[in-house]
Amino acid sequence: MRLRRRTFLQGTAAATAAGLYAPAVLAQAKFKVAGIHASPVENAWNSRLHGAMQEAAAEGKIDYVFSEGVSGTDYGRAMRDYCEQGVDLVVGEAYAVESEAREIAGQYPDVGFLMGSSSGPAGENFGTFGTWNHEAAYLAGMLAAPMSQSGVFGAVGAIPIPEVNMLINGFRAGVTRVRPDAKHLIGFIGTFFDPPKAREAGLAQIDAGADILFGERIGTADAAKERGIKAIGSLIDYTPRYPETVFANAMWYFSPLLMAAVADKQAGTPTGRDYTPYCLMKEGGNDIEFAPDMVPEDAIGPMEEVRAAIKAGTFEVPVDMSEPT
Amino acid sequence: MTDLLDILLTAGLWSSTFRIATPLIFGTLGALLCERAGVLNLGIEGIMTFGAMIGWLTTYLTGDLWSGVLAAALAGAAFGLLHAVLTVTLGLSQHVAGLGITLFASSSSYYVFRLAVPVQGTPPTVEAFAPLALPGLSDLPWIGPALFTQTPLTYLALVLVLLTAWILARTPLGLAVRLTGENPHAAEAQGLDPVALRYGAIMAGSALMGVGGSFLTLAAFNSFFPTMVQGRGWICIALVVFSTWRPMRALLGAVLFALFDAYQLRLQAVFGKAVPYQLFLMLPYVLSILALVVMARRARVPQALMKPYRRGER
Repeated sequence: MRLRRRTFLQGTAAATAAGLYAPAVLAQAKFKVAGIHASPVENAWNSRLHGAMQEAAAEGKIDYVFSEGVSGTDYGRAMRDYCEQGVDLVVGEAYAVESEAREIAGQYPDVGFLMGSSSGPAGENFGTFGTWNHEAAYLAGMLAAPMSQSGVFGAVGAIPIPEVNMLINGFRAGVTRVRPDAKHLIGFIGTFFDPPKAREAGLAQIDAGADILFGERIGTADAAKERGIKAIGSLIDYTPRYPETVFANAMWYFSPLLMAAVADKQAGTPTGRDYTPYCLMKEGGNDIEFAPDMVPEDAIGPMEEVRAAIKAGTFEVPVDMSEPT
Repeated sequence: MTDLLDILLTAGLWSSTFRIATPLIFGTLGALLCERAGVLNLGIEGIMTFGAMIGWLTTYLTGDLWSGVLAAALAGAAFGLLHAVLTVTLGLSQHVAGLGITLFASSSSYYVFRLAVPVQGTPPTVEAFAPLALPGLSDLPWIGPALFTQTPLTYLALVLVLLTAWILARTPLGLAVRLTGENPHAAEAQGLDPVALRYGAIMAGSALMGVGGSFLTLAAFNSFFPTMVQGRGWICIALVVFSTWRPMRALLGAVLFALFDAYQLRLQAVFGKAVPYQLFLMLPYVLSILALVVMARRARVPQALMKPYRRGER
């Protein structure tokens, strides 16, 4: 059948109308969450948000729609679009659009917001969160400490923003707890998305004597793999990607934050608060994931003790946001 | 202080330098070729991105690395053809057309990637080029591990520099390309076809840009990220000026820039506390600007650069 212009127009008009109408109907049926990702969802950090929301959707707790690779100039428009569609909760990142995002949130009081932000919550509905997995990094440091021959530990980070700093400092504190004489190297690559550069930074640290690398950035473990040393991943589980190399991962889980915000919104509690505490290990927001066969056996026991103490609330990993040197 | 010099003498630094330099060598050579024929190609950043994507994707689908490199070259040439239609045939602004191609190529590489590869946790990987130790040469002390234990693409880049330098300086074809960049009317008077020459130079140059991009996903790393070119294309544009439009100096410029970059990564490890790391990150750019200031005084810009050629027009 030839597609006639009129048929085509009627078809697209009907589809558009259905598309516009459907969200309003669904929103009443199920809690609707919109994810707005500034990067592709493969990016480690975004993949945590995306994965948690997909999982919640699969379990039937929410409906999830998303946009990825939304640039700063488009971000506000995307927020408004989803608000106009009548979503209940917008999840995303305000880093590049801090004031604009807050302004838009003020215009849509019926929508809740859960945004990664360098600043605090605003108004009734603009909730924020930081990315804290320093406790898991601390535990990874405890495991790593006895594994080094040289006693030199490298770390490759993007840019020394507080969240990156506290993560690397957490790792270092864990190493130092077991091995007070450890020497630490740091390399910042000045960008978030340059794996080849992170790899070069890792190689530079190996040349300087490091034989354990903490990879805040993807690419670091490639350097470790190339030179046959061990590495630690952050945020996601890198062990499947580098099976012989990455022995531990400082995992970060977004589900506790998401479900807390969803619960608030459903209960009618204002979402304009700081959700960062849900990142803590005792809330299930971060934890260590490690390969026991790659780690010295006697390192696991003490680490598990500290892990239990953190979960029980009897031990607190220091939060140090100063720039590691 | 001795630390500073010690780093300069390590083979690791120089090995890193040539790895960092490789995409810059391809890109600079490509941009230089376009400009020698009289056309500025600001599409480079996008063409490198597309080359990185299509090179990776082809290898991912076929399992063959050289097919990936070939695909990157062909895709680069296709974007070059588009740029040539816009700037040579239609005589449009080379700045606008080039930036348009960068936007188009970057966005479409994201689009194609997303269509071809379903969303997942981390992007899938390919088995990247392994360093190839050249027999005999790689055993040399110091220079062996630095220069002769690289991936095949690095060797290819170095060979292409020599080849381009020879073609431009010593062959009738090279003379014709240069003449087209200096004075296309004179070229036409010599019975040459400036339009065809420009088309050829832009397509060949863009193919090199594509291959430079593919180095990032097939040798420097083994996955594609839509934002991973990170301004390397723009650095190449600056390096062309630095090189005063000569291939051998382009090589020098790319290596020098990469050396500063590799050096700063190592300085961070040594100095850590004493100096803010941002100063080290600035280093390659600041030193490149300084070098540019010195070199650009003697620059001989192709006289017809950015001037569209219209047959019979005076």
